[in-house]
Amino acid sequence: MKAIPAKFKVNGGIHPAYHKELARDKAIENMPIPALLSVSMSQHLGAPANPIVKKGDSVLRGQLIGETAGFISAAVHAPSSGTVKAVSEAPTAMGTTAAIVVIEPDGEDTWIEGLEGIADWQSTAPKTLVEKIAAAGIAGMGGAGFPTHVKLSPPPDKPIDTLILNGAECEPYLTADHRLMIERADTIWVGCQIIRKILGATTVRIAIEDNKPEAIAAMEQAMANAEGDVGITVLKTEYPQGAEKQQIFATTGREVPSGKLPMDVGCVVENVGTTLAVWDAIVNGKPLTERVTTVTGHPVAEPRNVLNRIGTPYSDLLAFCGGLKGDVAKIISGGPMMGLAQPGLDATTTKTTSGLLFLAPQETQTFNSMPCIACGRCIEACPMYLVPAELSQMLEAEDYEAAEELNVLDCIECGCCAFACPAHRPLVQHMKQGKSKVMLKRRQAQKK
Amino acid sequence: MADQDTTQYIVSTNPHAHSGASVQRIMLDVIIALVPALLLSFHYFGWHAVRLVTVCVVGCVVTEALCRKLMGRDLGIFDLSAVVTGLLLAFNLPPSLPSGMALVGCIFAIAIAKQLFGGIGYNPFNPALIGRVALLVSFPVAMTKWHAPLNAARWTALSWIDGTTTATPLGAVKTALATNQTCPVTWGNTSMLNYLLGNMSGCIGEVSALALILGGLYLLYRRCISWHIPVAYIGTVAIFAAILRIAQPDANMPVLFHLLSGGLMLGAIFMATDMVTSPLTKQGMLIFGVGCGLLTMIIRRWGGYPEGVSFAIILMNSITPLINRATRPRVFGRKRGTS
Repeated sequence: MKAIPAKFKVNGGIHPAYHKELARDKAIENMPIPALLSVSMSQHLGAPANPIVKKGDSVLRGQLIGETAGFISAAVHAPSSGTVKAVSEAPTAMGTTAAIVVIEPDGEDTWIEGLEGIADWQSTAPKTLVEKIAAAGIAGMGGAGFPTHVKLSPPPDKPIDTLILNGAECEPYLTADHRLMIERADTIWVGCQIIRKILGATTVRIAIEDNKPEAIAAMEQAMANAEGDVGITVLKTEYPQGAEKQQIFATTGREVPSGKLPMDVGCVVENVGTTLAVWDAIVNGKPLTERVTTVTGHPVAEPRNVLNRIGTPYSDLLAFCGGLKGDVAKIISGGPMMGLAQPGLDATTTKTTSGLLFLAPQETQTFNSMPCIACGRCIEACPMYLVPAELSQMLEAEDYEAAEELNVLDCIECGCCAFACPAHRPLVQHMKQGKSKVMLKRRQAQKK
Repeated sequence: MADQDTTQYIVSTNPHAHSGASVQRIMLDVIIALVPALLLSFHYFGWHAVRLVTVCVVGCVVTEALCRKLMGRDLGIFDLSAVVTGLLLAFNLPPSLPSGMALVGCIFAIAIAKQLFGGIGYNPFNPALIGRVALLVSFPVAMTKWHAPLNAARWTALSWIDGTTTATPLGAVKTALATNQTCPVTWGNTSMLNYLLGNMSGCIGEVSALALILGGLYLLYRRCISWHIPVAYIGTVAIFAAILRIAQPDANMPVLFHLLSGGLMLGAIFMATDMVTSPLTKQGMLIFGVGCGLLTMIIRRWGGYPEGVSFAIILMNSITPLINRATRPRVFGRKRGTS
């Protein structure tokens, strides 16, 4: 089994300053349980979970505290044992409000009894495995957080022949997936085989950018004796190679039609961290209660890759990394390209918190937007082949019909256009606003 | 972090990183790219080149500032776009043009062709070219009075003696062809070198192809322009000229003559590539360049004016929105032209 370069390349993309050296060589460290865990019921895209505990309840680690509330929803479990201090509403990292369960850990970290793995997963029915994954509350850990059991249950008329493991980690600064591949390659590979079995996929590709030679080597070694059509696809380092549709194209040459899902072209993409969670759920029977978050940025005293409980306050994460050694102008949940700017450190980690990034004042820009000078750099940068220059002008003029015609809904909000724009136009802001207006208009039209 | 509670963090939409590109830096690059041609214009036309460049740059910047002030907007001159317009307008003027007329060109370029449309980004036509064409139709005599490079007398000849006028090579060809149907301009290695270096009569900044190409290479290196418009434009002129030359050798000049004379290099490298008024996509740029080339040759060969670069680019500017519409890329995951 050898790693081979990707044969296909999507238009556009950019080359931001990566700064991965800050945390790239820091082994994953297990953070002690914080004094309070505030577990949001809104862990991902889709419907938030319904809390099923109340103030004063004793909970054990792995105990269900939030029930799924719809098809695209994932269960939430207590990240440690302790007492429920409150069930209330709190702002999330995404800027919305959601129900939150606050747990005061007892320090024992006792697992709930009765958690059992499926040792013989190879001869277990896919349906049973998917149920186990659903019960474990696993959601995509790369960013969007699509519930994994939904992704692994394609309808029978959509057979999956290719499983792609996303180890691109194309966001600058972030190194959590990189470290996981180096340190847990064997386990990731077992998780991958479990998912492959569930889907019945004949082909497996691990997609990794070429700025991670150690991760490529580690995965190569773990897969040395793999059988069948299995390989590592080495992607050119370029943002956004980790975007799902772009990655499918780079790896297989298949183009996911607009408005469709990867399963429509016979593919499923899973993040390497998610794959590890699947392994933990199937082999050990453990629900998803922790993840690796890269705490990084030049103002951070000791940037680290931190294995933390879901619900860990950002302030505790920072303290675990030695606090700050310089001024901070911006705090970002996630990476600099698609992450969410935070008003402070009050939010807590979720299943999708891949990074907590601190930017110094000199690394942060606030721009006065100028008129578009039609340089065309946004068009060159757009991985969806949109025309952000024209779209942004239409959206500024609130011409949502024209924007819809130019496919504003296909925008993936990756930020390449705004990164490249010499007129410093808030292109992503225009797109986001335009998308929500167009969606609203469509919903209203449906109601009529 | 003791003052954590009082610190105001910036909250804004992603992305939180930027390439560092700016309009001002692009304009600065264009100015840098114009320096070789600027120095050669001083070399050939001395005091008069200095005079025209100064009048046009100051005239454009002041006009811009005044317009913005009148409209109650920010000054807008720090993006350096008015400096670029001033330089390009000066480059497109004959050396003996009176300063007052040059100033009229500045006002046309900035006030009418740019600020009336809403300022930078909103002008449909290249402002410098509008300035030049306004002057050409307003002062046809002054705008077509040409002089050979002054060389030794460059800093002493403060006024012009009308008897010393020399037609531009393109003008000479046009006049001769209208009367006796044979090419009047001799063409050999020496003349080619002179044309390349710009040692001929013409607008102050258009004469040296070499200096302009040098600037163009810098712009390519800085990624301020792409090769598409200049190559399509110059390539089309070359092919067109070759066909004419082969069909009627006596009535048409060689290809290199067409490439090195007149405003082709200045137009193809610096004017047609103006971002605001040229198409957005590479495909559109190719169409735009070919269109400019065809129109330039048609005007040169059959039009009333000896040179057609300015008109060709302005005409193509007018259909830039149509080209943009026709060359929108196929969106990923969609069939071309669907929504």
